[in-house]
Amino acid sequence: MTSAALRSRAWKLLEMVTTPLLPSDYLDLVSPLRAGGDLRGRIEAVHPETGDAATLVIRPGRGWRGHTAGQYVRIGVDVDGVRLWRAYSVTSPSNRQDGRITITVKAIPDGKVSNHLVRRAQPGTLIQLDQATGDFVVPEARPAKVLYLTAGSGITPVMGMLRDIELDDVVMVHSAPQPQDVIFRNDLHDLVADKKLRLTELHTDTDGMLDISRLDELVPDWAERETWACGPAGLLDAAEDHWTEHGVPERLHTERFRPGVVVTGDGGEVTFGTTGKTVDADGATPLLDVGEEAGVLMPSGCRMGICFGCVTPLTAGAVRDLRTGEITEAGPGVLIQTCVSAAAGPCDIER
Amino acid sequence: MTAIDPTAHLTAEQIEELGRELDAIRDEVIAGRGEKDAAYIRKVISAQRKLELFSRGVLLFSIFPPAWLVGTAGLSVAKIMENMEIGHNVLHGQWDWMRDPKIHSTTWDWDHVSPAEQWKHSHNELHHTYTNVIGKDNDLGYGIMRVDEDQKWHPFHLGQPLWNFINACFFEYGIAAYDLELGKNLNKRRRKNPEFRARARAVGRKIRKQVLKDYVIHPLLSGPSFLTTLAATFTANLVRNIWSHSVIMCGHFPEGVQVFERRSIKGETRGQWYLRQMMGSANISGSKAMHFMTGNLSHQIEHHLFPDLPSNRYAEVAVKVRALFEKYELEYVTGPLPKQVFSAWHKVFRLSLPNRKPRVKTPDREQELVAA
Repeated sequence: MTSAALRSRAWKLLEMVTTPLLPSDYLDLVSPLRAGGDLRGRIEAVHPETGDAATLVIRPGRGWRGHTAGQYVRIGVDVDGVRLWRAYSVTSPSNRQDGRITITVKAIPDGKVSNHLVRRAQPGTLIQLDQATGDFVVPEARPAKVLYLTAGSGITPVMGMLRDIELDDVVMVHSAPQPQDVIFRNDLHDLVADKKLRLTELHTDTDGMLDISRLDELVPDWAERETWACGPAGLLDAAEDHWTEHGVPERLHTERFRPGVVVTGDGGEVTFGTTGKTVDADGATPLLDVGEEAGVLMPSGCRMGICFGCVTPLTAGAVRDLRTGEITEAGPGVLIQTCVSAAAGPCDIER
Repeated sequence: MTAIDPTAHLTAEQIEELGRELDAIRDEVIAGRGEKDAAYIRKVISAQRKLELFSRGVLLFSIFPPAWLVGTAGLSVAKIMENMEIGHNVLHGQWDWMRDPKIHSTTWDWDHVSPAEQWKHSHNELHHTYTNVIGKDNDLGYGIMRVDEDQKWHPFHLGQPLWNFINACFFEYGIAAYDLELGKNLNKRRRKNPEFRARARAVGRKIRKQVLKDYVIHPLLSGPSFLTTLAATFTANLVRNIWSHSVIMCGHFPEGVQVFERRSIKGETRGQWYLRQMMGSANISGSKAMHFMTGNLSHQIEHHLFPDLPSNRYAEVAVKVRALFEKYELEYVTGPLPKQVFSAWHKVFRLSLPNRKPRVKTPDREQELVAA
């Protein structure tokens, strides 16, 4: 017998010993960051950056496969007991000696996760982790001239790049409301002092928002530069139009943190992803009934919200709990009870 | 069963008002669920796993009597915690709000021979929706016993104290058979039904895994302590079964608990549904430790009103629910475990014999409301 086959036999035996649990359920008690387990990380330190931003030093589990500068990582954090997932750019260089990674989080108004991470996260806390991903990266064949166009927390993936990749000719145009709001301001000015970066820092509270047509004056050769842009949707939309108008859209790479804002309303178009059916639903009919009317085989149970026999993944959009009025937005791992939930705007259900 | 409907003094409006007051209690707990509750269930799960590991470890040396005693006691407690405070409640979806896929009703499996899926159907769906409705809720006597005067007597019922005792000893197998509706499904035509066969196979697989673990692999790992480990696991399963059977009997069997007719739930409103849960369940009084070991099913009334609220909240909910019982002049059936167990067993014995048809029929909400 090969050693692989032997190992798989031994594992099977171990599974029988721990049935109905898995051996990993017990191993998690002693070693949550081990290789082979679900990928997790431990927050080791939280460093404030500005009044509303902080950098978290995270020790990833043994299964972490590393990242490329500019990529983001999805983390699952328990906030008030509820596991919520968000994506954050990695701000540490990819070759950091101690194997730790950092993410830098800006607290956004009413942001459950961002406020928790910036203001309440404690060193020692375990978080859930996904492998780094994203194509907002500088290619292996390094471009000769680069422009980084950023605003607010859009600086974070670019900081990851600046710390990772040394290029000869780098220009950055960065906007923030006031000087004290500029995340990594000291790091940026150090790079400028070392002549590794030419920086235009704009303060929108006094200077107003960046008018994209001003680029000609700020960075006259912008059209010759490979550009990475990250920031609010307005800035990125304007940049995309501007680059397209000048016939160089392929030079522009953008990263959007929050792709679409979920619009909540009363009722909406419900898409049943697996069966491909789409129907209009009002805001008062349970999605279980909506699905059954449309001929979708829906799991069901008590039909009054007590038995949890109808839970189904909500993959997009939002639903309203008909009992409490509470809105649930789609996300990874979000399951809803279809018998007591109605569409609160367009939504997708896995059925 | 009482000859007089104990809810006859309530008007339809009062019943709906009662429903609204109960909804308000529920909303308050849901709004307050948070970090502390999540920490609670994680702590209980972690403690249970550690206790089970420790006890199984000690049992490797169970050839020495003190080790046998400690290991068996520990494993019994671990198994009770696993089934009651963790398994039953997680499978009710009480912790689904945490969105932790590891502590979720759709992924959880328990130390029990009835597969989680089947149990969720017969328990969460049938029993909790149709609580104490004769002919709809098979938990009334589990299909093998007569527990109400209104149920038809059959000579088979003469033996029901014995059936109940055997059921208590092998309770998890009883539950599995019950979830399979074995009595109904074993006739020639039904047992060939592919859906039934698939479910029976699932039970078979689960039994095989459970038996292999408890009675083959763990004893083998103990080497010279093979027999003593085998005896210890058997004892722990027996203790767990008798304990959970006792607790569960106290939920709906003691004297004072009402049963309902099938037609009484036609067109039932939310208030009426709540009222039926209130009158169809009974509590066990006692210490915190007692509530914990029953998986908080000692708060059976509260659990039936709000089956999906986290179990650690039932104690605080119970104070408010009990106040509503008083306000609406309803009987809150509760008592210490020995008293409730005795009461339930007493009923099992009493109803093993035939009785005269009761003078007044089972509470029938429909008729009353028409009259009101």
